[in-house]
Amino acid sequence: MKLISCPVNGLRPLQEFSYGGEFREMPEPSSASDAEWADYVFNHDGAPGIKREWWYHIASGVWFIAERDTLKDEIMRTYLYSHDSCRTSRDI
Amino acid sequence: MFRTPDALKRQYDVVIIGAGGHGLAAAYYLARDHGIRDIAVLEKSYIGSGGTGRNTAIIRSNYLTPEGVRFYDESVRLFQDLAADFDLNIFYSRRGHFTLAHTDGTLRTMRWRAEVNKHLGVDSELVNAAFVKSKCPLIDLSCGHGMPILGALYHPPGAIARHDAVAWGYGRGADQRGVEIHQFTEVTGIDVKSDHVVGVQTNRGYIETRRVLSAVAGYTPRIMNMVNVRTPLVVQPLQACVSEPLKPWLDTIIVSASLHLYVSQSSRGELVMGASLDPYEVHSTRSTLDFVEGLCGHLLDLFPFLSDVKIMRQWAGLADMTPDFSPIMGLTPIGGLFIDSGWGTWGFKATPVCGKTMAYTVANNEPHELIGPFRLSRFNEFDLVGEKGAASVGH
Repeated sequence: MKLISCPVNGLRPLQEFSYGGEFREMPEPSSASDAEWADYVFNHDGAPGIKREWWYHIASGVWFIAERDTLKDEIMRTYLYSHDSCRTSRDI
Repeated sequence: MFRTPDALKRQYDVVIIGAGGHGLAAAYYLARDHGIRDIAVLEKSYIGSGGTGRNTAIIRSNYLTPEGVRFYDESVRLFQDLAADFDLNIFYSRRGHFTLAHTDGTLRTMRWRAEVNKHLGVDSELVNAAFVKSKCPLIDLSCGHGMPILGALYHPPGAIARHDAVAWGYGRGADQRGVEIHQFTEVTGIDVKSDHVVGVQTNRGYIETRRVLSAVAGYTPRIMNMVNVRTPLVVQPLQACVSEPLKPWLDTIIVSASLHLYVSQSSRGELVMGASLDPYEVHSTRSTLDFVEGLCGHLLDLFPFLSDVKIMRQWAGLADMTPDFSPIMGLTPIGGLFIDSGWGTWGFKATPVCGKTMAYTVANNEPHELIGPFRLSRFNEFDLVGEKGAASVGH
């Protein structure tokens, strides 16, 4: 069984979690151009790599960030969202 | 069946990346219909090793959007002549396709789909549960007393075919017309000068070319990263499995989006089954026990008598999903670079029409009229084609 470490509840089975998509920084909606907004809404870095993602622990309602290798499907690190932990550069 | 050229030439008129059904079909129609024969098809593994050989081989055109219905219906029409075109048996078998409805909401969507289909000349109808039972007597309409079957969208032209043979037929036809198919040849870079393709780097040497078609489905983001073109594609595995061979008992194709299940019986007697996408991004073709457990549970709701039947093998393919469940086809911001992607869970049935329309697009440097709505730039223009008739969409 695949386990994920929830930052609040510890190791729990994958079935208790839901995937929330790639973590992306939202451009300022009032000043972004149409092209920047479309890029934010639709486009992804679709190639494999280590990515920062939103995950949700369904049973306890905890949203958190996971850093995951999408080629091997291995989670490297999980932590709660904070302004500082997620404002760093795109390269993890 | 094919020549195996021992070396790449220095230069080709067109380079096609990916020797799956789509890439080989494009090569075939370029050579047959457009007189362009100086083509190299590059494949990093063997012919048909990607999505072409990993799907559940269902062919249908009862989609929801007029753009989708027109496009897939042309594909169904082309499929019916392929065996004669190739002089090769592709085991094309018309079965009739049922998409089951277990709720009033689904029935409403089925009615909508049936009306769009009929308006565009596609044989498609909403039928009641008794009709489903008459065509598929072994089905349990109570569906395990959980979600009884209320009716279905019935699409008589729904068919299955031998997916490998489709790739082999296109490959052989292209090969006979002078196209070179280079297996185990991986593209490692694409050279662009002044916003136009000038060459392709491979693990077997450099090729000069002014036209490149990327037909690599789940590997598209890796190719597009080479030229810094961003796409909305998200790659998720789509798993499938087959049972041990059984005597023929199921001659229709049964699909239930609510149960995440589609099943047909192959000419070898195996039940060929698939479910929904794995729920998050992964670039590996690993299989999981969760998938087989979930799928078999739902299969037994419909066909309880199968409880003693063994699953023989399972596998996965990479599905390149788009936000609107429609493909991405046509030109890119790079001159001479063409894209055929976004094939998610609906790529096999589109193989012939993709080959034909992409061949036109590459030959004329303008999109074929059938694929205009599927252009990459539709996302920048907020002009999406919401295809809720796709296999992975629940209603």
